[in-house]
Order: sequence, then structure tokens, then C-alpha cells
Amino acid sequence: MSLLESARFALAGVAANKMRSILTTLGILIGIAAVIVLLAVGAGTSNAIKAQIGKLGTNVLTVSRSTAVGGRAGAGAQVGASRTRSTNLTLDDDKALTDPVLAPDVARTAPIVQAQSVTGTYKSATHSVASFLGTTPSYFAITNSAVASGALFTDADQQAGNPVAVIGNTVAADLFGTNTSAAVGQTIQLNGQNFTIAGVLGAKGSSGLNDPDDIVVVPLSTAQNKFTGYAPTLASITVQATSADVMNQAQNELQMILDARHRVDASSRDYQVRNQAQILTTATNTTQTLTILLGAVAAISLLVGGIGVMNIMLVTVTERTREIGIRKAIGASRGSIVAQFLIESLIISVIGGVAGIVIGFAGSAFPIIGVQPEVQPWTVWLSLAVSAIIGLVFGVYPANKAAKLRPIDALRYE
Amino acid sequence: MAVIELSGVNKVYGNGEAEVRALDGVSVTIERGEFVAIIGASGSGKSTMMNIIGCLDAPTSGNYFLDGIHTAELDEFQQAQIRNRKIGFVFQNFNLIPRTKAVENVAMPLAYAGIGRPERRTRALAVLDSVGLSSRADHKPSQLSGGQQQRVAIARALVTNPVLLLADEPTGALDSRSSSEILDLFDRLHEAGRPIVMITHEMDVAERAGRVLRMQDGRIVSDVLQQPLGGRALAGAQ
Repeated sequence: MSLLESARFALAGVAANKMRSILTTLGILIGIAAVIVLLAVGAGTSNAIKAQIGKLGTNVLTVSRSTAVGGRAGAGAQVGASRTRSTNLTLDDDKALTDPVLAPDVARTAPIVQAQSVTGTYKSATHSVASFLGTTPSYFAITNSAVASGALFTDADQQAGNPVAVIGNTVAADLFGTNTSAAVGQTIQLNGQNFTIAGVLGAKGSSGLNDPDDIVVVPLSTAQNKFTGYAPTLASITVQATSADVMNQAQNELQMILDARHRVDASSRDYQVRNQAQILTTATNTTQTLTILLGAVAAISLLVGGIGVMNIMLVTVTERTREIGIRKAIGASRGSIVAQFLIESLIISVIGGVAGIVIGFAGSAFPIIGVQPEVQPWTVWLSLAVSAIIGLVFGVYPANKAAKLRPIDALRYE
Repeated sequence: MAVIELSGVNKVYGNGEAEVRALDGVSVTIERGEFVAIIGASGSGKSTMMNIIGCLDAPTSGNYFLDGIHTAELDEFQQAQIRNRKIGFVFQNFNLIPRTKAVENVAMPLAYAGIGRPERRTRALAVLDSVGLSSRADHKPSQLSGGQQQRVAIARALVTNPVLLLADEPTGALDSRSSSEILDLFDRLHEAGRPIVMITHEMDVAERAGRVLRMQDGRIVSDVLQQPLGGRALAGAQ
């Protein structure tokens, strides 16, 4: 008795009760489709976050003013209250960070000043700018920003304090319509001050919460001149390390420099450093946890599907007790009965698995809560293997039950 | 060599107070070419006898040789093979596999014997033809009359060319016309030299056999050679 013969008998068994087979298959189908879609959502989320962070530059450190004052250390030490805090971040801090001896791992820096609630106006169109920055041209190099049309402003603009602006795609689209390249060379008003648009940045794409394209960048000197005043305080300094591998060294170097300049130590820092690599790691861990959770939910539904297969196989075995008796009487060995019923449950679960993969791919074609799922090739193989294993594992007990039936009992069964 | 040789076979169910002695020291030998009817009231042990002869059940003690093979020495797999190759079963309620064509039902024992599909079909069709059902080969059991179903079952029993045809009340579920058709078929098989053991409780059915074993309380109480009705005379009597 070959396996092929057993498979034929099994197929006939599946076909004998089509509705029941389809419904049982559905349980596996839903489980497998859920695994594929949810893991794809997890991967899609993870990749979207990584891409977002990657666009900001993976070798970027951001030094910003610390808003919290001292925390426990400041409150505990009475002298802390009378200590004159240093004047936060200054342009001199920025210059000090590019010291090639003290900070060999820092490639370049960009000082940043920010102004809040800036409104851009062009003719009758207005746009409330989410992010208004004054900085130096090195900012564009650090953040991988390039113009889609026009040009970036230059060091000459920065030194002369020219009223030029580089605007993000969202701002351009709001003020000039879909043909954003028409913005180049036009004059717009930012809080009533005239600026000439030098260029429009290429779209970076929204990550949902904040729009990196809703931005206006002007030369630092111009921003100080027209918006923030010449106070030496910076909002932040964006620092680029020479490579992603020396992020930690670069961070240590700039902390040493700033600690010395601000006369602070690790417990009383009046600034904070955000390390993109760390953010990336944190984000990756978070999405991994998310993916595992989603996968676990899907796995539970797959388990329920597997129990469904076992249930139906037990019903089938009971229902066909007599047939099993006949088969044994005419010479079926225990092995061929096991094979027949095992293959039957295998057929049900693998068909469910294959259909689940198809549905999973179809479901992953559409964005789910703003995330484009990305089907992982390994989940397809895993699903196939899992559905086969489910068929075997949940089929073994019913198949053995069938094979163990004594022919005289089975023949007497009504 | 005898087809069946039972010596001192006991079959006991349960134990202690609930002990039931279904077979009590049965010894009998059935030769090739014999048509034997086993009769007895219900509870006389004739079904147990049939199960043991058919290798569906094992004796508690005693020896059973089927075609010279000592069945007590067989494992489960070999017993399945013996049922497949040596014995053809015919049951009272036909026991065809539902939703399966007649020809496939007949071919099924050959599948378990490991014979390829084309040959199975050829042989199954040939046997179906010999029981007069070649025109019904592609019908399913539910589309056949009782007599036709039983003839399919007989074809299935014969397809492996077994050394013994074992029939348990083969006419029990049939009307008298179908019954006599089936018994005529048995007569023809007997004349062709096939050993048949038939269990029945109907005397007129038993009359067709050349030898009648009467059972009572697990023992064979009489063993009569007779002139079979409509059949050929016993080889030894001539």
C-alpha cells in the first residue's frame, strides 16, 4: 500500500464532505492569513520608522537645551538654586564642537534657531509653518536634504543675511499649488517680512504624526535679524559624526567639550544630546515587541484553527468507524489507516495554509492604519511549514484512534 | 493440506464472575473444496467462530492453522495481510464503502495488496463480470439493489483470489429471490472448487452446503455431511 494510494483515499474523504472540509480549512486559512498580514504590518511599521529616522541621518546627534532644571540633584543641593546656570547653547558652543583635536569624530555642525508660529503668505494664500529654522548651509548636508527645484541658500547668503528661504514641499504646495517649482524666485511674506524663495526641498514623506515637509529654512543670520534677535542662544545644534560607527565617541567628545564650557557634569547637564542611533535602536526594539505581540495573536488564532482540524478529524473517524472496520477486514494495515487519516488532515490544513498565504498577500496589499504592510518571504515558508505541522500534530490523535479500532468492533458499530 | 484447522480453540470474554466462554475447545478441520455451513442459535458461538476463522479476533487458547499458517504467530500487520490475501469476507449487510463506485469497492483489497491502478481496474471488472454486474461497475452502492450490493461484496471478496470465502449470514438482509441468486452464485463458486464457510441460522440456506456444523454453547454439537441441494456431490462421497 503506497502513500499515493493512501493520499487518493484521503482526497476522497475530504471531497466526501465538502462543506465541512471548507469550513475547517477556513479556520487554518484565517490563522495563516492573520500571521502573514500581522507580521507584514509589524515589518512595515518597523521599516517605515527606520526609513524616517534614516532620512534624518543615522549619524546625527542633536544637542538641545535641557528644559528640566536639575531634577533631584538640583532640588537636593541648596546651593544649586543660587548657582548661575550657563547661558545655554551659543554659537561659540557650536564653533567649539568642530575642534579637530578635541572632537575628531565630529564631521560638521549646524547651529539652529527656531521661531514659533510663523505664517507664510503668498498673494491670498497663507500657510502656518510647523517648523521654522534659521541655520547654516551645513544643515542641509547633515540632514540629507536636497532641493527638488531651485537651489539651497549659500554661505554667502548666510554671511550677508539675505532674505532668502528654502521651503518644504508641503509649504510650497499650500502657497503655490501642485506645481511647486513655480515657487522658486517668488517672494513670500513670513510674518510680514519679504523672503525670496531660493529652492523647494524634495518631499521626505509624512510619518503620520509630524510632517517633515512642513518646514521653512532661512539663513541663521537672517532669522536672528528678523525673528529671534541677536541673542546668542541657539535652540539646538545638529552634529554629524564622521560615520554611524563612531556615534558614541562623537557623543562623548561633544559632552566633554560642552561640560567644560558650561562647567557642569553628567548629573547637572543643562543640555541634552539625542543620538539618532539610540533612537533607531529604541524604535527597532519597540517595533519588534509590537511584531511579536501581533504574531502571538495570530498564532493563537492558528492554534484555534488547528484544534478545529482535530475536532473535525475526530468526528470523521467516529462517523466512518464502520468504513475503517471494512477496510481492516479486507486487509488494510494499521499503517495504511493512519496514513489515510493523517493525509486527510494534512490536506485540509495545507489547503488552508496555501489559501491563507494568498489571502495574506491580498490583505497586505492595502495600507492598514497608515502602514503599508510588507510581507516577509520567510513568513510564507513558515506558514506553509506550520500548516503542515498543524495537520500532522492535530491529525495524529484521530488517525491513531482510527487505526487502533478493532475490526470486529468497528464492523459492529452502527 | 487443510484450509482450516482448529484444534482445542477456546475463546473467553471477561473474567471471574462475568466470564463468558464463547468457544469451548472447538476442533474442526475443513478441507479444500468444501462448502461448510455453520448453524446455531444466537449466542451459540458461531459469530466468534467466524471472527477467529477470519483472523479478526485471536483465540484465548488453542491453535488455528489457516492454509498451513499458524495464526497465533502473526503480528498485527501480518494478520492484515492474511485477511487481504487468504480470506474473502461477505457480510450480512454488504459493508460496501459508501460514495464509492462498485468497481472501486471491488478493487480496494487489491490496493491494500499493493497492486497498480490499471491492473486493479482490469481485475475488478473481470470479477464484477463473473458475478454478472459488469453493467453496474460505475454505480455507487446507494444506486444498487440489496442483491446487487451483495454480489459486489462477493466480487470484492473474490478479487484477491483467496483460499477461503467467509460469509456471515450472506442472505440475512435479502428477499427470497435475491437470496437464491446469491446462493446460486455460491454453488457456482463451490463447483469451481472454492472453499466456502457460511454462517447462517436459516436451515434452508444451510441445506445448500455439503457439510453442516451445528454449534451450541461454544461447542460443535453435530457435524453432518449431506447431499447439497442443487450442488454437486461431495468429492469423498462419490
